[in-house]
Amino acid sequence: MHHLRLPATVIACHDCDLLQHEPCLAPGQTAFCVRCGAVLARSPADSVDRSLALVVTAAILYVLANVYPLVGLELQGRRVEVTQFAAVLSLWQAGMEPVAALVFLTAIAFPVLEVAMIAIVLVPLRLGRQVPGYGRFYRLVRSVKPWGMIEVFLLGMLVSLVKLAHLASVILGVAFWATAALIVVLTFASRAFDPRLLWEPAEAAP
Amino acid sequence: MGAVTARALGLLSCHACGQLARSAPVALPRCPRCHAPLHDRKPASLATTWALTLAALILFVPANTLPMMTTASFGGRQQDTILSGVVFLWTSGSWPLALVVFFASILVPLLKILALLYLAASVQRGSRVAPRARTRLYRMVEVIGRWSMLDIYVVTLLVALVRFQGLATVEAGPASLAFGAVVVLTMFAALSFDPRLIWDAFTSDEVTPDD
Repeated sequence: MHHLRLPATVIACHDCDLLQHEPCLAPGQTAFCVRCGAVLARSPADSVDRSLALVVTAAILYVLANVYPLVGLELQGRRVEVTQFAAVLSLWQAGMEPVAALVFLTAIAFPVLEVAMIAIVLVPLRLGRQVPGYGRFYRLVRSVKPWGMIEVFLLGMLVSLVKLAHLASVILGVAFWATAALIVVLTFASRAFDPRLLWEPAEAAP
Repeated sequence: MGAVTARALGLLSCHACGQLARSAPVALPRCPRCHAPLHDRKPASLATTWALTLAALILFVPANTLPMMTTASFGGRQQDTILSGVVFLWTSGSWPLALVVFFASILVPLLKILALLYLAASVQRGSRVAPRARTRLYRMVEVIGRWSMLDIYVVTLLVALVRFQGLATVEAGPASLAFGAVVVLTMFAALSFDPRLIWDAFTSDEVTPDD
């Protein structure tokens, strides 16, 4: 058993551990496990350029989403506007530190970490340089990914606006639209990114 | 066709990059390609899943019975639980949103806890029932769980926005703490569960069931 040699195309399904051949995928194709149906491998088209363009867009949108006010409220001539960070801060000051920390991490910190780390990996790849230690970054991206929840945050914003609509007039800020766009861009960016580029740079080069 | 797993051949598959490596008698094996720690199955998977899920189940009670937020306005003070918030949305005419909040804040966490308990119990018993469906259930739990953060975000924004001294203010209630803990605990519980345990009930020489 121990001297058995396996072809390089054999992979194990991460959901059920079944060994199978990784098919040769055309760009845009996805392979699924024959036993449990999990995604085995994907082959995003034109990965480096597309994901780099999307990540740069995401970075710009992220700045807009955090600098400008999200929403404003107007009540009897008085006006309150909040940015994303100010919202977290006021929850912190209201004595809800753990909840404020949770919101800060999931809605602000983890999304930016994801964008930054994909950029750190992609820029040298685009320049044709290979720096050791990419694997660590990619693992960080993977472990942070489930905790970035801006799409849930946007839905939460809509719910709170409906709750407030009867109380005061609501003004949607620049950051609201930037966040909405950011969600779309981030989804496409993580779909366009091909982790195999990290392990097979020679193969990926045009 | 016989189903041959990586474990049956003494191989470890890297959870980060998918590389297969021969299991070596080293204390902390690492992936030769990306240097991630390697393990045959997620360490102490079942015990961790049980512990975190049961903790979430316990905290689910205060999360739903204690007030999520307190609104002070012209009329006086009003305390809202998650459910009364849903009822408010429903009676004020925005029933699509009431359904969304009910689904995200009550149904999703409850179903997630029940699904994790079922998965842990079935693996514990070595069940061979519907492995494919159970794997799919696990993937659904992973995807859907994040949406229960919804109410935490709603409270955050309301507290920040409704600050009209003398007219109206909103305070976060103790349920937000319990609820946040439920979300985090169930997410860690789902991450610690190893779906390959479902398939370990089938040994390599057997025919894989269709479902």
